[in-house]
Amino acid sequence: MDHTSFLERWFRRAALSIIIVFFMFPIFWIVLMSFQTNETILRSPPSMSFTPTLDNYMAIIAGRLDSNVASMGIDFVNNLMNSIILSVCSVAVALILGVPAAYAFARHKFKGSEDIAFTLLSFRFAPPLLVLLPLTLYFQEIGLADTYLGLVWVYQLICLPLILWIVRGYFEDISPDIEYAYRIAGHSWFSTFRKIALPLAGPGIAAAGLLAFIFAWNNFIFALVLASADKQPVTVGALAFVTASGIQYGQIAAAIVLSIAPTLALALWAQRYLVEGLSLGAVKG
Amino acid sequence: MTAQLHLKTINKKYNPGTAHEVHAVQDLDLEVERGEIVALLGSSGCGKTSTLRMIAGFEEVSSGEVDIDGRRIDRLAPAKRGVAMAFEGYSLYPPLTIRENIAFALKSERLRQSEVNTRVEQIAALLEISDILDKHPNAISGGQQQRVSLGRALIRRADLHVLDEPMGQLEPQLRAILRGRIKHYIKEHELTAILVTHDQTEANALADRIAVMEGGLLQQYDTPENLKNRPANIFTGAFIGEPPMNLFAAVAEVVADRVDLRLAPDIALSYPSTAFSDELQQRIQQDQGVMIGIRPHSVQLTVEGLPAEVYANQWLGDQTHIAARFAGGSIVSVVHDLALPKPGDQINLSISAHDLHIFDNNTGEALSHGGQLA
Repeated sequence: MDHTSFLERWFRRAALSIIIVFFMFPIFWIVLMSFQTNETILRSPPSMSFTPTLDNYMAIIAGRLDSNVASMGIDFVNNLMNSIILSVCSVAVALILGVPAAYAFARHKFKGSEDIAFTLLSFRFAPPLLVLLPLTLYFQEIGLADTYLGLVWVYQLICLPLILWIVRGYFEDISPDIEYAYRIAGHSWFSTFRKIALPLAGPGIAAAGLLAFIFAWNNFIFALVLASADKQPVTVGALAFVTASGIQYGQIAAAIVLSIAPTLALALWAQRYLVEGLSLGAVKG
Repeated sequence: MTAQLHLKTINKKYNPGTAHEVHAVQDLDLEVERGEIVALLGSSGCGKTSTLRMIAGFEEVSSGEVDIDGRRIDRLAPAKRGVAMAFEGYSLYPPLTIRENIAFALKSERLRQSEVNTRVEQIAALLEISDILDKHPNAISGGQQQRVSLGRALIRRADLHVLDEPMGQLEPQLRAILRGRIKHYIKEHELTAILVTHDQTEANALADRIAVMEGGLLQQYDTPENLKNRPANIFTGAFIGEPPMNLFAAVAEVVADRVDLRLAPDIALSYPSTAFSDELQQRIQQDQGVMIGIRPHSVQLTVEGLPAEVYANQWLGDQTHIAARFAGGSIVSVVHDLALPKPGDQINLSISAHDLHIFDNNTGEALSHGGQLA
């Protein structure tokens, strides 16, 4: 950095500021909206000055949506719980299935291994709606429609390929000789996987898990079609704010802030592992 | 006595049955006696590392059998083979300190902690890594990592020690010191070792026997002296020795009581026929032509002899390499003091019959060394 000129540094800062404003402004605006009433939000021209109110948050936590016409119950907290259950379970299942599979694809070149790995990736290419229509019929037939189990299963279409392909790359980056050295010292391949490969790929697994969690959390279409009201996550639950008497912008904003919070917290907590993951190259020596 | 390691006609094919098939190791037979140090020597891609990995269990044997101490091991998991290995890529475990990395090789031996500590300290002193024992692998240099990897293999009491390019990253002085120490350590503890190297000095210094490999085939398996004095074929002759052997195509003419080896229309090496055994004279007369090999150390500068014109003179600090145009080709002579000929000078060369290696021109097999049939 010592070699950069004043102008260059100035440009760098200006560019960074523009990027931050561009990406963060919608979030910032939503946070502001969540502390306003519908009236102040819809003022024209919009203004930054208002008396902050916690009414939107109160309404969401209490589960009562008050509009100027009527009052109706919503179950946003339940939606939030559903989101947490679905995302956590989906990522957990995907990690349990995907990490050993990723290890197998990284370390053992067997007949058709590339084809299987690619087939799993291709789940991500399929338009979800195309998959959903037949799936709805099957799920109703076998009783999986509107169950957490069924949803977690379908969420594997999102989580499994992601975890498989990211973690595979991390396993491939670990020199196989490190594992060989452990095995030749008298350990089985399973204890090598557990004691050597897993810890070394740990940051990568954390990163993949976090990404999968975010994708699962933000999923809309699967839950919309396959889940009824009591199993719906926040993404679908937010539709309830579009009411006959208008759109409750303040409460939507508060709901968004509340639904961003868990992923944001997770991302901030996982950040140090992500940084460690990037420095994994040091392993190669 | 049964061999400690016995490779029975092993083969390694990568991608068998496809267009990318590579026959990396072909019908390799090799025996290593207990307490012996054997080097697999060859250029990259000659199959030496594949062989090593098949012994250690990281590559499957395509066909053939590997026995260690009379026990067939080629279908066993690496952990059950009783093999200790030093890896070319060091492969130290990053979260552990150097001390832990070395000690961790002893885990399967279930020793007391004090015994482990003593052994680690000993091997660290041997390899000059005592001062870095409490550091982590990414805080030390490549040469140090390599010594740790070597220590991790040597500390074990395995049936076979396998060392893959064990000293490639070390500085020359350290390498020379450690060669002696490691050889002494292996002999003192009666270990059996097989090492892979492309450095013939290392192979000569460490090994009791050397297996020279090329193109997946074993070229010669013999003591360092025999590899130098009795190369089995043109490849080994040219591969072993520094600078490489001078090779010339020649036609043998047996006239009266002399044997002439004609290198060019006007140049022939001429010897009394008593210098060659009768069988050899018959043999080389049958052939249309032979290949003769002369070690640079055996090419003498004399007052009388065959004429050559110097085109390069290199003083290496303890010997001089003189390259000269000779018999339509080029010849290198090594002189053990500061030699004077300058480029352009005419010199005379003579080569004793005792120093001649004669090879079959077609098969490349050695016909004779020093006038006697090979």
